[in-house]
Amino acid sequence: MDLYEYQARELFAAHGVPVIAAYTADTPDEAATAAERINGMCVVKAQVKTGGRGKAGGVKLAKTVDEARARATDILGMDIKGHTVRRVLVTGAVDIAREFYVSFLLDRANRAYLAMASVEGGMDIEEVARTKPEALARIRVDAIEGVTPAKAAEIAATANFPEELRPAIAEVLQKLWRVLVAEDATLVEVNPLVLTEQGDVLAIDGKVTLDDNARFRHPHHEAFVDRAATDPIELRAKELDLNYVKLDGSVGIIGNGAGLVMSTLDVVAYAGEEFGGVKPANFLDIGGGASAQVMANGLDIVLNDPDVKAVFVNVFGGITACDAVANGIIQAIALLESRGEPVTKPLVCRIDGNNAVEGRRILDESGLAIVERVETMDEAARRVAQLAAGA
Amino acid sequence: MTIFLDANSRILVQGMTGSEGSKHTRRMVAGGSTIVAGVTPGKGGQQLDGIPVFDTCQEAVAATGANVSVVFVPPKAAKAAVMQAIDAEIPLIVVITEGIPVADTAEFFQYAQNAGKSRIIGPNCPGIISPEQSNAGITPSDITKRGRIGLVSKSGTLTYQMMYELRDIGFTTCVGIGGDPIVGTTHIDCIAAFEADPDTDAIVMIGEIGGDAEERAAAYIKEHVTKPVVGYVAGFTAPEGKTMGHAGAIVSGSAGTAEAKKVALEAAGVKVGKTPSETARLMREIIQGL
Repeated sequence: MDLYEYQARELFAAHGVPVIAAYTADTPDEAATAAERINGMCVVKAQVKTGGRGKAGGVKLAKTVDEARARATDILGMDIKGHTVRRVLVTGAVDIAREFYVSFLLDRANRAYLAMASVEGGMDIEEVARTKPEALARIRVDAIEGVTPAKAAEIAATANFPEELRPAIAEVLQKLWRVLVAEDATLVEVNPLVLTEQGDVLAIDGKVTLDDNARFRHPHHEAFVDRAATDPIELRAKELDLNYVKLDGSVGIIGNGAGLVMSTLDVVAYAGEEFGGVKPANFLDIGGGASAQVMANGLDIVLNDPDVKAVFVNVFGGITACDAVANGIIQAIALLESRGEPVTKPLVCRIDGNNAVEGRRILDESGLAIVERVETMDEAARRVAQLAAGA
Repeated sequence: MTIFLDANSRILVQGMTGSEGSKHTRRMVAGGSTIVAGVTPGKGGQQLDGIPVFDTCQEAVAATGANVSVVFVPPKAAKAAVMQAIDAEIPLIVVITEGIPVADTAEFFQYAQNAGKSRIIGPNCPGIISPEQSNAGITPSDITKRGRIGLVSKSGTLTYQMMYELRDIGFTTCVGIGGDPIVGTTHIDCIAAFEADPDTDAIVMIGEIGGDAEERAAAYIKEHVTKPVVGYVAGFTAPEGKTMGHAGAIVSGSAGTAEAKKVALEAAGVKVGKTPSETARLMREIIQGL
């Protein structure tokens, strides 16, 4: 889960990374109150999970409380790269002498962590990496040893921080590493880390990505989940413990196994080209087990999406044999009907693998008019795209 | 020959007395695997269908000569379980558990590297199977047969799909390496082992969006692999910034797209199928031409 700036700032502060005074505001009046608490001169920053908000006009300086209110009025409700601004962060303004960059992240390729640091912060770090790679120091961090005082000093020196600042930078680096470890983050980034005219080192903006697998160790992270910005069907699927992602097409997809479902999305999109660009409406992985109840929950979620015109159930019977899968589909349809939600959208089913012959026989003999069984994944994708297109 | 796992493999199951552990232990036994022990702390002295349970890996290895561990321990306790298997110097540790915090995986992976005695497969994977010889994990045993293809895949069900599509030709070994951001065994590790295995004639590699493992595998293939390789990549239509089931399957920025992976693989001489069926067809043509 990617955090908003204000949430990242909260975690920074909790672990001693130096930050400046700041308050969140959801209305212009709240922004004015925040500006009062900061004593007038402040920066109003849109809270969106995307880059380039400065260029989009989502970050504005305000010299007075009234200006803060006006800037918040401009920014709240603004659309930045498809993200609606619902909240701003009102922060104190500082006199910046220099801007730096520091981060720690999971390094998948080297199966360790990576520290990145640069004395050329403030701008898009990917741009720095591309145009001036020598200006961005990259230092491996061992997953067991972590960031020791010596490692922090090494990072500060390798990145060529001014000699006199290195102790302060090393201090910040150790605290930032503490955020990563204590909060189970896969990315902690400060950009910019500034040196003020007064000589203080401060984290002005930051990014944190938390590891969802570690949620069980951090019950308080639940509060970071942005329910307002989450698709309502995704929220409902989450409650049913289903692995669901809403997409923008019209073919509902249910399958077992993340890879197979991803592959199903692709195959449907290819087949859909022939029917004017029919696309998948969702990703839904019901997992290896695929019991009737889970299948019913999955069908329930997908069929309740008004964008869905037809559904593709694509199951490979591995752990669960195909006869059980076929019975699951039939029971799921019956279950929905008994709840007063009869299934009316066409269901194209492809089941293959263990005991496929029996599974197919069960579906064929079910007498369910809405269920259409197709032999292969490619043919089934073509058929469901055709149905969704109304062709 | 096979890679990493063969008819002589002696498997212990960590978490054997749990519901998943016992179910899959029975499936592995039914599929012909030699399961010699289970390990569950506090349950030493018990048995599952006559298989002895020990409190620790060390005791199990000493008593049974186990040389493979399959881990079904839940995420909260998985790190400690894997580290114990590393301490017991078990050469192959297959971590089936889904949902392990990546910091824990990073730590036990580094711990295994430091010890230098164990290969880890997974986590969050279906495991490894050398058909008709041994099966360590949750892969269905009876959907394919022994043969001449080597398979390495990030995804479980796509592995099964491919094993099934090519069941008439068969496989030396199929490795599900898992879809987490950090995995103990990579595509490259498996491809290198298949290249060195005299009984493997051709290799199928299945990847998916996220990370750059496929691109690195492509560079390795170009440089070191003489056997024909067929590839498939899932996730062409996955939107940026959305995780697709696997914790590692996420496209961030321009990195990790399926298209980039396909281009890299094709540049390395790998034939890439557009769908799983087409990929199987490409492999069939290669085998027929050998």
